[in-house]
Amino acid sequence: MSKLRILVPVKRVIDFAIKPRINKAGTGVEKKGVKFSINPFCDIALEESLRIREANKGLVEQIHAVSIGPTKAQDVLRTALAKGADSTTLIDVGEEEIEPLSVAKMLQKIVEKEKSNLIILGKQAIDDDANQTGQMLAGLLNWPQATNASKVEIEGDQVTVTREVDGGADTLSAKLPMIITTDLRLNEPRYASLPNVMKAKKKPLEKLKASDLQIELTNRLEILKVEEPPQRDAGVKVESVDELIAKLKELKAI
Amino acid sequence: MIRSLLRSTASRSFVCNYSSKAVPLTAETYSSKVSRNPSFKKLDETDIKHFQTILNDGNGLITDADDLLFYNEDWMRKYRGQSQLVLKPKSTEQVSSIIKYCNEQKLAVVPQGGNTGLVGGSNPVFDEIIISLSGLNKIRAFDEVSGILKCDAGLILENADNFLAEKGYIFPLDLGAKGSCHVGGNVATNAGGLRLLRYGSLHGSVLGLEAVLPDGTIYNSMESLRKDNTGYDLKQLFIGSEGTIGIITGVSILCPSRPQAFSVALLGVSSYEAVQKVFVGARKELSEILSAFEFMDRNSQVLAGQHLKLDHPIESDQYPFYILIETSGSNKEHDDEKLETFLANSMEEGLVDDGIIAQDETQLKSLWSWRESIPESSTMNGGVYKYDVSLPLKDLYGLVEAVNVKLQEAGIVGFDDPTKPVVEAIGYGHVGDGNLHLNVCVREYSKEIEKVLEPFVYEWIQSKNGSISAEHGLGFQKKNYIGYTKNDVEIKLMKELKKHYDPNGIMNPYKYI
Repeated sequence: MSKLRILVPVKRVIDFAIKPRINKAGTGVEKKGVKFSINPFCDIALEESLRIREANKGLVEQIHAVSIGPTKAQDVLRTALAKGADSTTLIDVGEEEIEPLSVAKMLQKIVEKEKSNLIILGKQAIDDDANQTGQMLAGLLNWPQATNASKVEIEGDQVTVTREVDGGADTLSAKLPMIITTDLRLNEPRYASLPNVMKAKKKPLEKLKASDLQIELTNRLEILKVEEPPQRDAGVKVESVDELIAKLKELKAI
Repeated sequence: MIRSLLRSTASRSFVCNYSSKAVPLTAETYSSKVSRNPSFKKLDETDIKHFQTILNDGNGLITDADDLLFYNEDWMRKYRGQSQLVLKPKSTEQVSSIIKYCNEQKLAVVPQGGNTGLVGGSNPVFDEIIISLSGLNKIRAFDEVSGILKCDAGLILENADNFLAEKGYIFPLDLGAKGSCHVGGNVATNAGGLRLLRYGSLHGSVLGLEAVLPDGTIYNSMESLRKDNTGYDLKQLFIGSEGTIGIITGVSILCPSRPQAFSVALLGVSSYEAVQKVFVGARKELSEILSAFEFMDRNSQVLAGQHLKLDHPIESDQYPFYILIETSGSNKEHDDEKLETFLANSMEEGLVDDGIIAQDETQLKSLWSWRESIPESSTMNGGVYKYDVSLPLKDLYGLVEAVNVKLQEAGIVGFDDPTKPVVEAIGYGHVGDGNLHLNVCVREYSKEIEKVLEPFVYEWIQSKNGSISAEHGLGFQKKNYIGYTKNDVEIKLMKELKKHYDPNGIMNPYKYI
C-alpha cells in the first residue's frame, strides 16, 4: 500500500461573504480595499485531505498546499498551514488572471516535483467559476478523475468517490494516483486553532515564479467587458385576489 | 450564482422564540405592585376618529386584536399589555399632533421602536396607546466629509449600518438585535452594545435630536455641531429617558470611519482570574485596534450550542470561560501580526488554554454568533430573568456564582432536571465596560423564583457599589429598584424633571422612576 502524498491547490479570491463590484473601467471586479480569503471549495478540499489523514493513521505522508496568484496569495497558504497542511508553494504570477490551462500546466510541474499521488482541489473558484482546472490537470497527467465529490473513501490504493448528480448519487472508484474535485456538501471546514497558527509560522513556504517551472503564461481569452446583471424591477402590492389575477393578465403571465 | 448560493447561510436575524402558551397580562402578574391610574382617560370612538384624521392613512392605525398582540408583547414573552390601539405616524408633525391630543385628553401613551427591549419598557402595562415609530424610517442626510448621519428615529439599526458601510462609515453602536431595533429606540434607552469599548457611549456620539415633548412641542437640535458650548446640553436628557419626557423622532449622530479589516479570535481560559489578565494584556498590546472584548461562561456556551445546533468551535475541551476578542483597524497584516503575537504570548504565559482565529468572513460571523445568540439561547427552555449590571471588574463574575449558590440553597435549579423551575444562572458580557449580563434561564416564570432573586441580586450589586442597570435601562422591570444605585437627591431631581415636562404623566407611565 503506497503512502499518500496529497496536493491541495488553493486559490485566493474575494471573500464569498462580500459582494463584489465592477470597477469603474468596466474591465473586471474592484479588488482594492476588499477582503480576500481562501476559495470555499479549496477550503473544503484542504479539509478533506486533513480528514483523510486523521481517519487513516500513518497513511498520509504529506499534505502540500500550492497557490498560484499574487504575492498576497501567501495569506491563504498561511491559512492552509494553520489548518494543518505540512508545506506550501507559492507560484507568484503577479496580479494577472491566469487561465485554467496555464494553471493546470503549472500544477502538473508541482505534482512531479512533490511526487504527489492524490490531488484534491475545489471543483471551481468563485471568482471566475471556470470549473476546468481539475479536469485539465487530469488530462495532462492522464490520471483518473472524480469531479464534484460529496463523499470520499480510501481503502488501500482504491479510492471511492460519491458524487451528487441529478436524481441520485453516482459512485466512482479508481486506483491511485487520481484527482478529486470537491463539491459544497463534502464537509465543513474547520477553524484554525491558536497552537496551529503559531506552528504555521515555522512551516516551510516555498516561493517560485512561473519561469522557474518553464511555463510561459499565455492567455487565450480576452475580456471585452464586465457588466452587472440588470436590476430587478420592484414588485407591486395587490389588495385582493381579483386584483392579483387582473395584474397577472395585464402582464400576460396567465 | 455560486457566490449567492454560498452566502445564504451567512445572514442572521433576530428570531423570536414563540411557544404556543399565552403570555400572562402584566397587569395581572404584577397586580400587587401596580394599578391603572384612574386619571387617564379610556380610549373611545371619538379618539380613534380623531387619530384617523391626523394620520389620514388606513394603514396607520391598528385595532385588530391579533395584530395588536405583536405590539403588546415583548420578545421574551414576559410582559403583555392590553392596548387597543397602535398608531404609526409617518412624520414628526403627525407625532406632535397625536401627543398634543393625548395630553389634552389625558390618554396615556407608550412609544415603541423595534420592541427588542429587555425590561418591558416598550410595552404597555394597561391600555396605553402604542406609538410605533416604524413608519418614520428614512435617512435624512449624510455628510461624507464629517461622517454625520441624520435619520428618522424608526430607522432599523442594521439598515443604518448597511447604508453607512456603502459610504465607508460605521454606526458607532452594534448589538445582537440590530436587525429589528430602531436607532431612535437605541438612543431613548442609551443602548450600549458590543462596540462601546471602542466608540464610547451614545452620550458622546449623538450630536443632536428631534423629539416631541408631552405637550406636542417639537424640540429640534438636529443641526448641532460637534463642539457647541452654549447653554444646557438638552439632548442628553432624552438619551436614556426611555420615552418618559418625550418621543425621539430624529437622530443626528457622528459616525466613525469604517475599519478596513476585522479579526476575531475565540479563546478558552480556565478561570475568571485569567479572563481579567487577558483583558489587561489585550488593552496593552492591542491598544488602538481592540474593538470588542467579551467573556462568556461555560454554560452560556452549552446553551448556545443547543440553540445553534452546532458543536462548539473550540473542540479540545470545555473551558470554564471563553473570551471573544475583536480587533478592527486599517491594515489587516498589521492587525493580525499584533493579534497573533498577543495570543502567542498569552498562551506561553499559560493564560489562554486554547483558541481559534477566524480565517474568513464566514468564520468571523459564526464566531460572533457564539456570543450574539446567547440572549436567544437563554430563553430556549421557557424564559429568562435578565439582569444587566455594572460591577467593578474583580467582582463581575462573583454575582453569577452567588446567585447559583442561592438557587441551589433554594433547591430550585437543575441544568438537566426538567422538574426544577430554573435551568441555570449564566453570565457573559462586556468585560471591557465592566458590564455583566446575568441571565437566570428558567423553564417557567414564577413568583417563587423571583423571590429568591430579588431583592438579593440588587442588594448584592449595591454592596459592591455597582449599577442595577448598565445598559438595558429601568423600564417596568426595574422601576422600583433605582434606589439601589441612585441616591435620594438624584431621584428627587429626576422626579421634578419628569413632572416639569410631563405634568399629566401620560408618557410611558408605570415605569422608569
